[in-house]
Amino acid sequence: MRYGDTVAVDGLSLTVERGTITAVLGPNGAGKTTTLETCEGYRRAQGGTVRVLGLDPVRQRGELLPRIGVMLQSGGAWSGARADEMLRHFARLHARPQDVGLLMERLALHECGRTPYRRLSGGQQQRLGLALALVGRPELVFVDEPTAGMDPQIRRAVWELLEELRADGVTVVLTTHYLEEAERLADRVHILDRGRLVASGTPLELTRGGTVATIRIVVTQPFPAGAPEELVRALGDGTELTVLDPLSLQLSGPADSTTLATVAAWCASHDVLPESLSLGQRNLEDVFLELTGRESL
Amino acid sequence: MTAHTFAPAPGAAPVARQLLTQAGMEARLMLRNGEQLLLAVVIPVIVLVGSVRGVERVGFDLDGRPIDVLAPGVLALAVMSTAFTSLAIATGFERRYGVLKRLGTAPLSRATLLGGKVLALLLVEIFQFVVIGGVGLALGWSGPSGAGGLVLLVLAALAGTAAFASLGMLLAGSLRAEATLAAANLVYLLLLAGGAVILPASLYGGLGDVVRWLPSGALGEAVRSACDGALAVRDLLVLVAWAVAGSALTARTFKWE
Repeated sequence: MRYGDTVAVDGLSLTVERGTITAVLGPNGAGKTTTLETCEGYRRAQGGTVRVLGLDPVRQRGELLPRIGVMLQSGGAWSGARADEMLRHFARLHARPQDVGLLMERLALHECGRTPYRRLSGGQQQRLGLALALVGRPELVFVDEPTAGMDPQIRRAVWELLEELRADGVTVVLTTHYLEEAERLADRVHILDRGRLVASGTPLELTRGGTVATIRIVVTQPFPAGAPEELVRALGDGTELTVLDPLSLQLSGPADSTTLATVAAWCASHDVLPESLSLGQRNLEDVFLELTGRESL
Repeated sequence: MTAHTFAPAPGAAPVARQLLTQAGMEARLMLRNGEQLLLAVVIPVIVLVGSVRGVERVGFDLDGRPIDVLAPGVLALAVMSTAFTSLAIATGFERRYGVLKRLGTAPLSRATLLGGKVLALLLVEIFQFVVIGGVGLALGWSGPSGAGGLVLLVLAALAGTAAFASLGMLLAGSLRAEATLAAANLVYLLLLAGGAVILPASLYGGLGDVVRWLPSGALGEAVRSACDGALAVRDLLVLVAWAVAGSALTARTFKWE
């Protein structure tokens, strides 16, 4: 996909399985929205093939639209329409719509049902957008940054809702800026950067890559002489030691289920009582930063 | 979690229901909006009352009683204000706010959406005709001549709606929302003043023949003839020609986003 001379999405190949949550992750301008809008039939792919539920999203849009739900990033309502009116309107366009009252309640919209769209807060507009995407009981929903700008409590409610959708057999494709969101929700994560797919996999597969664990030990008394080196030997080949200061050290290397026991045994034999001990694995954020080389999303 | 609340059950509603839903929503929004209401009924009623008084004072050489000439003219104005100005402004802002984009995600075809818009215009026009016609009758208007006149009036209103709606959509689909707002109001004022809507084209002297080729003049003449029980073939054909030209151009130029 190009906009003028800018290539927005290039050589992207990915497949989504039914009944799963797929997250498309990437920095601003990575091509997430373009990818979604191509699947929704708003844009015609300039090359390659797009099939959604086996249908061509542009040529067979009429067949596709009843089966999918789309949450746009923003906007999309008459400024004078009330939230419940908007939702009821969309419900009537579908054959077997979701119960509007239930949807309003689940998305904490019941309190602002009588409020005109222009006076809804940003978060309320977002939730109404999600409700509009779900009201037709779709098989597949595309949600573009579903929780952007929502407060944590409501974000959690939206996550639970998306998980419930999956449990009920709905396929969810979401774009997000929040790594936490992808890690928590997604069965598969696709990381886009500058229009290209840079990584794909389950959150576990992506974060396991390299299987490097980091152990940090902080103590109140300086380590006994030679003790850190002995721990490195105990942990085996490939372990790297960094003495951060006399009271803290960091080890990184391969880890398995015995790693923590080895560290504990070492503590006992050297009479070391850690003030804190942490064993961390890579999270999606580390992977993301490695792949895209970006400081932030 | 046991209820399977979200188990998929997709499907589009029957087209007839979609059409009525869409028309009802748009008509409601139009009549709820203060500025639109002003344009739809308040201004026409003021124009009707004011022009009846004014014409009596100025002593225009009208073909018949002033109210019998002016009431049909104001009905034509009402059609123009709704089908052109209101529609253009509403659609311009629908584009701006992404309403059309969002409606594009619902299983609503463009044909049904447009059909809903036209139906909404007709619903609003019925409301306008009842209010303006009522005021006219109260001012002594004799009304359309019999059932035949009423049928001809409906025919003229439909042709006028088609012509002005296609031009309104042309405007809304090519300009930005603010520019549409300005242009739609400006054109409305120009046609109100000099487009032979309210006053018959015959009062425009040599220009009369020119303004009858405008959609405003053609609509005004068609409505006036209809109320007299006459079929204004030429004026209706002019309106149809505008509708065809406007629709063809709109179909080529309309941008949904």
